[in-house]
Amino acid sequence: MRLIPNFKGFDFFPHDTRLPFMRYKGLCFGLSIAAMLISLAIIGIKGFNYGVDFKGGSLIEVQSNQGPADVAHLRERLNRLGVGAVQIQSFGGPTDVLIRVEQQPGGEAEQQSALKKVQEALGTQYTQRRVEVVGPAVSSELRMTGFIAVAAGLLAIVAYVWFRFEWQFALGAIVALTHDVLVTAGIFSLFQLEFDLSIVAALLTILGYSVNDTVVVSDRIRENLRKFKRMELNELLNLSINETLSRTILTGCTAIAVLVALYAFGGEVIRNFNLAMLLGVVIGTYSSIFIAAPLLGYLGVRRDWSGGPAAKPVKSQAQPTSQRLNVASK
Amino acid sequence: MHFTPVKQAAVIITCLIGVLLILPNFFSKETLSSWPRWVPTKQLSLGLDLRGGAHLLLAMETSEVRKDWLDTLRDDARRRLREAKIGVTGLGVANNAVQVRLAKPEDAEAAVKELRGMVQPIGNLLVGSSGSDIEIKRGEGGLITITPTEPGLQHRIANAIGAAIETVRRRVDSMGTAEAQIVREGRERILVQVPGLQDTAGLKELIGKTARLTFHEVHPTISASEARQTRVPPGYRIYEAGSREEGAQLLRETPVVRGDELVDAQPAFDSRTNEPVISFRFNNSGARKFGNFTKDHVNQPFAIVLDDQVISAPVIREPILGGSGQISGSFTVETANQLAIQLRSGALPAKLTIVEERTVGPSLGADSIESGKLAGIVGGIATIALTVLVYGTFGIFACVGLMVHGVLTVALMTLAGSSLTLPGIAGLVLGIAMAVDANVLIYERIREELRAGKSPIAGIDAGFTRAFVTIADSQLTTLACAFVMFWLGAGPIRGFAVTLTIGILTSIFASVTVVRLLIYYWLRSNRGIRRGAEVPV
Repeated sequence: MRLIPNFKGFDFFPHDTRLPFMRYKGLCFGLSIAAMLISLAIIGIKGFNYGVDFKGGSLIEVQSNQGPADVAHLRERLNRLGVGAVQIQSFGGPTDVLIRVEQQPGGEAEQQSALKKVQEALGTQYTQRRVEVVGPAVSSELRMTGFIAVAAGLLAIVAYVWFRFEWQFALGAIVALTHDVLVTAGIFSLFQLEFDLSIVAALLTILGYSVNDTVVVSDRIRENLRKFKRMELNELLNLSINETLSRTILTGCTAIAVLVALYAFGGEVIRNFNLAMLLGVVIGTYSSIFIAAPLLGYLGVRRDWSGGPAAKPVKSQAQPTSQRLNVASK
Repeated sequence: MHFTPVKQAAVIITCLIGVLLILPNFFSKETLSSWPRWVPTKQLSLGLDLRGGAHLLLAMETSEVRKDWLDTLRDDARRRLREAKIGVTGLGVANNAVQVRLAKPEDAEAAVKELRGMVQPIGNLLVGSSGSDIEIKRGEGGLITITPTEPGLQHRIANAIGAAIETVRRRVDSMGTAEAQIVREGRERILVQVPGLQDTAGLKELIGKTARLTFHEVHPTISASEARQTRVPPGYRIYEAGSREEGAQLLRETPVVRGDELVDAQPAFDSRTNEPVISFRFNNSGARKFGNFTKDHVNQPFAIVLDDQVISAPVIREPILGGSGQISGSFTVETANQLAIQLRSGALPAKLTIVEERTVGPSLGADSIESGKLAGIVGGIATIALTVLVYGTFGIFACVGLMVHGVLTVALMTLAGSSLTLPGIAGLVLGIAMAVDANVLIYERIREELRAGKSPIAGIDAGFTRAFVTIADSQLTTLACAFVMFWLGAGPIRGFAVTLTIGILTSIFASVTVVRLLIYYWLRSNRGIRRGAEVPV
């Protein structure tokens, strides 16, 4: 160990900060609720730009063998095939083109015959780098499982938080997580970014990351509840957020650094996935500081944690009113 | 902060095993084959999106399974009633059931008794027999209906899927791709994954055909067009033409011989016309049936039917007793070859349709690996730089922990045989971010404890103990999320969930235990440091 010199790190973050997060909790709540409602409205009005996974149809990524791809020419040629509207867009470099064929009326076999027509029309000038065909049965199933997966992920997390903490923490977590998922989805809807199976994976990961943040703050709140039995709840929540702030920001920065690297260099195929994750990390960090913890200030929380979580039901049922400090009613 | 020598050894050996397990990934397959046998040589397998290949999801037309079964039940019922000498005025399939109308209603009792012999219990190893596969009901005026039950149908479908998987495997293997994976997915689907395959047209042709070959007797006097104008005699059916030369034919519905009695089929050339044909050979019983039939029908035509379409209807010149023959029917060399493969590998129990297709060409896969590597390196350097900058010497320990984390994650994935996909790389990177979080939690806590005036040993110890509760909580919630993804997810989500899970599991060991051991060594060699402020964190 003498090989490695001893040097201290750059402790950039001021300690013992007391940023008054709780003072602005009303404002933050208002903003967050507004953001959720706006996101819902956008999703309601604009809907999602579903990818092949959820909408069905075909996607072909081709690369021109001879110089840059002639998008206009391809568009004209493929739209004359009688397979409905064919979307053509360049993808990454100038030689790469993404071709989308909408879902054909009829059944599964019609998708395949449309694909065959397009593939034959492409000829030898283009190499097919990726082909995805999703039939009507599978696409509706994937839509369903995608939705269920996000809902089940949310429930699994809430159940765990409830089990480990108290229902107030679980409620705070579910509001914060719903906020994260809704706002991320809202941004995808607003800019009509392609929404496919990988975005569902990203949403699930955002859930995981955001709850991770929330749990760290909640853990500190629980610890401080044991330590400072008489501290006013709002002050205690504020202290806990401040104490964990350096960690929240550092971890956030690391995650963002890694995700920016993935976004920039990870290739075209997972670009949208990485974008969703980036958005989610930022929104998730915000939500655990500005939604989950402040919500506890409204809900109130049991003050006596000296018996540890195991002993809580008997105690809290014995004297429910005297042990709960309800700040909201004050 | 104490490690017994045994514990120290265990941690170090675990790390070394991890390194040993990932070593094969840095060498080519040829180099590996020359390694001694005790050295692990298993490489991390890459998913289809990284190495290139075809992924096809096939759904079975279960209505065909039902129809086939109803036809079998109808033939069986007819045979049984005829043997029991019970007269019927009508016997056919309607409303997903076989309906029998008896000539004399008073026969109903005897008929039902006879038909009960067809009922079979559905075996279930766990709960014993759980019912019968068909139900026989008596209606009014000598009407008897035989209805398949839902469990009976499910049982048939399950068997059909099993048989179809075997057939598809034989057909895919005939293409010379050894690593194809063919597995059942859900209740009535089959997933085919063929690494390295780029052009799926051939594969789709090969598995797209049922290839049910049958040899039928042609109606001796009535032609198909005559039957279309008048009526089709009972037991006969009009089969449409499959090729240009042959017209539709009126054939006896029950075939003389079926394709499942073939023992061999090979593409060949006709010795006179030189056009591509398929030469085949029957097994003993098939040869006997075919021989007897041709002996009785010399100078009459018979029809060869493929998937309910007539492909040729030659006239029998002389009895064919040897059990071999050839099929001609305007084939090209390619289609003859394909059909021969399909016939050799047996018919599919029902038609399979492609409900999902994902193909990635090798060039895109290689590009994805390259960009994944680049992003990994850039992300890794950023993480290391940030950690060392913020936590100094202890930051270096954290980075060692991160490397162990990476090594063990890849080692576990290799051991578990799970393949790395593009979303998997993202999961791996996210796992690294989570591992960093564990170290950030610990170090922030240590700083806090030291600022509160604790001695180096006490502060570090308290930091690890207190932070661990939080780490466990946050990792477990993420784990819950990963399980949901694996359980419900399809394709890309699953690959992501697997790497994320493995990453979380190894991060506890790598970021907590390994880093703790390194700090333990640091404490031993820096006994001179007495004040918390001197700890290089």
